[in-house]
Amino acid sequence: MSSTDAPTAPATSFGGMQARSSAAINQASRISVRNLDFFYGANKALKGVNLELPDRQVTGMIGPSGCGKSTLLRVLNRMYSLYPGQRAEGEVLMEGRNMIAPDVDLNELRSKVGMVFQKPTPFPMTIYENIAFGIRLHEKLSKSQMDDRIEWALSRAAIWGEVKDRLQSSAMGLSGGQQQRLCIARTIAVRPEVILFDEPTSALDPISTLKIEELIDELKRDFTICIVTHNMQQAARCADQVAFFYLGELVEVAPAAQLFTAPREKRTQEYITGRFG
Amino acid sequence: MPMEQGEHIVRSYDEQLRRLRDMVARMGGLAERQVNDATVALTRRDATLAAEVIGRDAALDQLEREIEAFCIRILATRQPMASDLRFIVAAMKVAHNLERIGDYARNGAKRSIVIAQQPAIGSLNGFTRMARLVQENLKLAIDALVNDDAEAAERVWAADEPVDDVYNGIFREMLTFMMEDPRNITAATHLLFIAKNLERIGDHATNIAETVHYAVRGDSLPEDRPKADASAYAVVRPPE
Amino acid sequence: MSATMTPQGTNHGANPGVSGPAKDKAVAAALGRSRKRADIIVRSLSYAATAIGLVFLASILVTLFYKGFGAMNLSVFTEVTRPPGSQGGLLNAIVGSAIQVALATIIGTPIGMLVGTYLAEYARGSSFGNAVRFVSDILLSAPSILIGLFVYQLLVLPFGGFSGWAGVAALSIIIIPIVVRTTEDMLALIPNTLREAVIGLGAPKWKMIVTVCWRAATSGIITGVLLGIARIAGETAPLLFTSLGNNAWSTNLNGPMPSLPITIYSYAGSPFQDWIELAWAGALLITLAVLLLNILARSVLRSRT
Repeated sequence: MSSTDAPTAPATSFGGMQARSSAAINQASRISVRNLDFFYGANKALKGVNLELPDRQVTGMIGPSGCGKSTLLRVLNRMYSLYPGQRAEGEVLMEGRNMIAPDVDLNELRSKVGMVFQKPTPFPMTIYENIAFGIRLHEKLSKSQMDDRIEWALSRAAIWGEVKDRLQSSAMGLSGGQQQRLCIARTIAVRPEVILFDEPTSALDPISTLKIEELIDELKRDFTICIVTHNMQQAARCADQVAFFYLGELVEVAPAAQLFTAPREKRTQEYITGRFG
Repeated sequence: MPMEQGEHIVRSYDEQLRRLRDMVARMGGLAERQVNDATVALTRRDATLAAEVIGRDAALDQLEREIEAFCIRILATRQPMASDLRFIVAAMKVAHNLERIGDYARNGAKRSIVIAQQPAIGSLNGFTRMARLVQENLKLAIDALVNDDAEAAERVWAADEPVDDVYNGIFREMLTFMMEDPRNITAATHLLFIAKNLERIGDHATNIAETVHYAVRGDSLPEDRPKADASAYAVVRPPE
Repeated sequence: MSATMTPQGTNHGANPGVSGPAKDKAVAAALGRSRKRADIIVRSLSYAATAIGLVFLASILVTLFYKGFGAMNLSVFTEVTRPPGSQGGLLNAIVGSAIQVALATIIGTPIGMLVGTYLAEYARGSSFGNAVRFVSDILLSAPSILIGLFVYQLLVLPFGGFSGWAGVAALSIIIIPIVVRTTEDMLALIPNTLREAVIGLGAPKWKMIVTVCWRAATSGIITGVLLGIARIAGETAPLLFTSLGNNAWSTNLNGPMPSLPITIYSYAGSPFQDWIELAWAGALLITLAVLLLNILARSVLRSRT
């Protein structure tokens, strides 16, 4: 699929091509979380979390509501910095830098760590402008380069065929599943290294859900992916490794096949078999 | 250590798992009885009892089908995970093993009807002993499944050796009978098959134990098991 | 009514533990009767109150339309106000009102939008923001004559006379809190995830507000502005102290300026029949304009949702 490479992508900053040449499994960590604590005001929401996100693999995060999995996601792209009173302590290492240090350029970080939300969040503009918006924030492209990039992003998000004839119509007219894929395309268009998915299919019907899952499977060839989900089957299907969080602690992290058939920790076992009281 | 299990949030799920456990236990009990009765029919030359064993095999087949259908239903509706998933898969495998055990028992019963019409040869003490060992293992394996007892399962798994020893003894004994008097060949051949059946039943009991161990612990036992079956070499052993 | 009553509900107090329809039929029937009675009373009171309101409203509109259309003719739109007895119109008042309302809107809208944006996007939860919101809400419901008096003190007395600008200032002060409120409300309706989605792409906050939040809130803000215009178009009290009114044609914002509400106010109270008729015509014009603005506001809101 040669169309998957952005025509304007500089080969090094965008790991896609290396990935395909250097075999399937790359154990190097794209992001390392070390001793991470997180506070909502006085409330400690994450307690000493250590987690490696392997390069170009899918890490699933599961756990009951309020266990800290979404919080960790919001630490990874510093979304929490929007809100006063929320702070993180510890290290989130990416390319050797601590991303939760105060001097980090947040806009640059967020261009490297994209995020897709629970509910589709199309911007109130045309489909074309939705994708172009993010690109314009970080790059100056000519009209034809921009057109190419937008086609590339929409193709990678498996929605090009459905929208190519109506790029100039409003994105709000798309169906929920299409809107979510548009949001994924918008995230990809900026060419991040990591994509965070926060319950990306909880507002979608089963077929749209499967399309997104298929897409995640496809995207992990080029991107490091982290997905928070309440659907254990989804984590089992999509993720290479799965992390189980409970009450702000990372209880267990293991390859998906192991975690769902033979977890080591009792709390994991009780949660995934539906025995939490 | 097997993990302490609380109740499921969905109570009907617990009930289904309990029911499945009961079904497998019932099937295990029935299989034990078949093996026992087949052995008794053989040693007492009781053709009527043998016929009963043959007739009861259908019930075992029926139970296997029920367990399988029930497991598939739970898999489809509950999407079980971890220990539940392992238990349900184990139940299916164990049911299959028990069904095979039933088949061997039935086959043995059929042969014992033929043997009952032949002149008796030697004593059948070896068979009684072998059957007792096999039944014991089978019972322990089923109990291990019912009680989620991985250690008991491990003991069963390791205890197959004496069965193999007895089998080797019977094998040599039967060869001797046949060499002594060719008129013994019919009965001895049938007896040899029965011994082989018992040995196979023992293997299935071991399989059940392995399955139980996986269901409880989540990891598999090593592939090499203590084995003492030398009968395979008996006929090809170079003359001394 | 009685069909909706569940036996469990009625049994509950009398016979705990016993469910099912068997027991308390008498209690159930009694409760049913009292519920029906209460329903009838509340319902008839509501209808009566509605009827009273509608009667007054209808009589106002009927009178207005009857007298207003009766006084309406072409010269209302072509002639300026004249002394009693001569054929006059309302042209100067209409144009004066239009100029003042338009200028007040042009000045008030951006200020109101920016304040509303500040409240919704920057000052959420801050005590200064809460204070601003409180003051703006008070201003929203302040008597308009107070605002007229304030502008009189601020712009009329120091600069030596009534002026159109002072009228514009007073109307601006009235429209600002309306736009503040609607802007803030509309921005508050935007889900936080949309904001996070913009920020998540690496956009700075100002860009998020200008390109996405405002765009998402456009229809609401336009509606607010239209309703604000409808409000200030009919204001009389603040203009009494500021632009005063003018019986001659004037587009000079530095001097007293005519306006419809003032003209209606002074003509309606006059003893001259033709002036009173003109006042009715003016009142009808304002009413129709406000009605039009309301319809416009609704259709703008509907077209986007």
